Amino acid sequence: MDALPYTTEVRPDTGLTNPKLGIWLFLASEVMLFGSLFSAYALLRTGAPFWPDQSATLSVPLATLNTVILISSSVTMVMAWAGAASGNLTRYRLFMGLTLLGGALFLVVKAIEYSEKFSHGLYPSTNNFLALYFTLTGLHAIHVIAGMVVNAYLLGPGTRMWTRDHLRFTNRVEIAGIYWHFVDVVWIFLFPVLYLL
Amino acid sequence: MFLRNLFSTDHKVIGLLYGFTSLFFLLVGFVLVVIMRWQLAFPGRIAPETYNGLGAMHGTIMVFLGVVPLAVGAFGNYIVPLQIGAPDMAFPRINLASYWFYAVGGVIMLASFFAPGGGPMSGWTSYPPLADFAPSGQTFWLFGMLCLIFSSLLGALNFIATIVQLRAPGLTWFRLPFFVWAQFITAFLLLLAFPALQAAAVLQGMDRLAHTSFFLPSGLVVSGERLTGAGDGNVLMWQHLFWFLAHPEVYVLVLPAMGIIAEVITTNIRKPLWGYRLMVYALFVLGFLSFIVWAHHMFLTGMGTTISAFFQATTMIISIPSVVILSALILALYGGSIRFNTPMLFALAFMPMFGIGGLTGLPLGLAATDIPLHDTNYVVGHFHYLVAPGTIFALFAGIYHWFPKITGRFMNETLGKIHFAGSLVAMNLIFFPMLIQGLAGVNRRLWDGGASYQLAQPLLFLNTMMSHAAFLLGFFQLFFIVNLFMSMRRGRVADTNPWHATTLEWATPTPPLAHGNFELAPRAYRNPYEYSVPGAATDFTPQNMA
Repeated sequence: MDALPYTTEVRPDTGLTNPKLGIWLFLASEVMLFGSLFSAYALLRTGAPFWPDQSATLSVPLATLNTVILISSSVTMVMAWAGAASGNLTRYRLFMGLTLLGGALFLVVKAIEYSEKFSHGLYPSTNNFLALYFTLTGLHAIHVIAGMVVNAYLLGPGTRMWTRDHLRFTNRVEIAGIYWHFVDVVWIFLFPVLYLL
Repeated sequence: MFLRNLFSTDHKVIGLLYGFTSLFFLLVGFVLVVIMRWQLAFPGRIAPETYNGLGAMHGTIMVFLGVVPLAVGAFGNYIVPLQIGAPDMAFPRINLASYWFYAVGGVIMLASFFAPGGGPMSGWTSYPPLADFAPSGQTFWLFGMLCLIFSSLLGALNFIATIVQLRAPGLTWFRLPFFVWAQFITAFLLLLAFPALQAAAVLQGMDRLAHTSFFLPSGLVVSGERLTGAGDGNVLMWQHLFWFLAHPEVYVLVLPAMGIIAEVITTNIRKPLWGYRLMVYALFVLGFLSFIVWAHHMFLTGMGTTISAFFQATTMIISIPSVVILSALILALYGGSIRFNTPMLFALAFMPMFGIGGLTGLPLGLAATDIPLHDTNYVVGHFHYLVAPGTIFALFAGIYHWFPKITGRFMNETLGKIHFAGSLVAMNLIFFPMLIQGLAGVNRRLWDGGASYQLAQPLLFLNTMMSHAAFLLGFFQLFFIVNLFMSMRRGRVADTNPWHATTLEWATPTPPLAHGNFELAPRAYRNPYEYSVPGAATDFTPQNMA
């Protein structure tokens, strides 16, 4: 099985490893998924006779806090990768742990926002803006959770590969990082579109 | 042993799992339509709701659980790594996950028949607003579809990564067999078009479960009741998102079929393909244009003449690369020394049948002629000509062609020829009358086959004939089923390269080695189809021959 070429080494004529190409293709598909939903937002908003004041309905301060948390976790993710690449296990564990913490904090703030809306009687069924808000941020939160599962694996049982195949382990952290940055980028689009515009 | 096969990461085992599962679903989809045809010939046997449910599930099962998994999941998985000289797919475990998401999606779809309130009955297109209020089977449909989408996403990225990264040394892009090119472009369509339906399914799921109004306009009245709810939704949004997937999906059905036909034809005419590069360029154009033709399914929705004008222009343009590929295949026959074996017969029939399917599509691509034909049996006849005697014939050709590589035995030629001739006649007797009924204005979704409409009276006799032909088609498939299982054990033994073909899959032992396929990592030295090269020792020069 491990005879499969280019799992860790770069294929000279394409300049890629298999997993690197795989994750970019996966993200291309994700772009189409969120792109479709953003298109739905544009279509519904331009066609609506009335649209609620978004920044008055949602909490901009909480969302700003979440933006800071998520961007910071992207930074710690890169530092975790750098720690792995330089062979420093403590450093890797510290920054990967911080990345996980960032994801968890983001979800906590999101949960506070959701419960605040529910307590004010604002549900997905209230109007199309809230429907889009809950659908888009909910789908994004599922992506955050998926990323956290991968990161938790790489922090826990996944580290067995650290000594056995260090290069492959570092590559895995890099791939998980690319996905994590994508989740971050989606939020950077969601924040202005849902809270500020 | 059996369990080990269900969880094998070997691409050949996964390909066969896909193959048998999708053949099973093709049979299920066919049984559903036989029940429908029974009702159409002798109206009054089943309830209208049941008829609607059968129609919805026939379309869903045939497209998403039958033809695509067979063309891509089975043929792509088994043949692509062999043809590019790779030991396996780039991500063997993702490949297995892809199969299991497909299987789970299929089980959910089948379970929807037993959902409280009844199965999905909103057509394979699941148009809202009716789909928003359909019984709970529709929710099963949405969850099943999400599983199938995830499955094809994992499959698609795996195919692209495999073809880009694992080509054998010397196998440059323009030495790839045409089948590999077809799968490559198909994978991009699956990767980039399916997410639109994923988004749409999420939105419809929200409408059904969280009572949002994404697809529900204000003031909507359903069954005499004015709907309460937020309103301001957009019904056409579903159609745009759905067809953004479903039109490229048409090419997902067609491109692998063209790939198989190209392989079968070039092997059996003992000549290189005519215009190989031209065909590859045509694939690229097809793949690109297939993303900007979707709204030709929506001319009747009142979306506006400007948009219609754009989409009818792109639709006319996309017929050019299709014609290029089909013409190249026909031109390849000229001067060939043709072997009329079963796979070649299916391939030869594919060309005129696909031609009828394509040409009958032109009036549907132009807004003016589409308006009277929209939602008539003409449309049903048109796309069944493309998919049934088109794509499914290509898949049969592929099964007869690669069976000796997979099992080491030939399929029986006599049974194969009976299967071919019977299917060809029966399919034409089913689908051609649909074109006639449709031109007379008979709607495609009538439970009684038009018996309650004055305009359909002179053509009702065709319903009985089409239904008898459908039963006949089922009868001739028995020859295939018997042949398939009998030949596995008793078929004439084949050596490693029984058709004297040139591409790399024939350079493996038969069957290919369980892990790794090849005894020695192959190297490609030449173009894919070097048949009858002047001065060569034999009439075929394999790609791996130095």
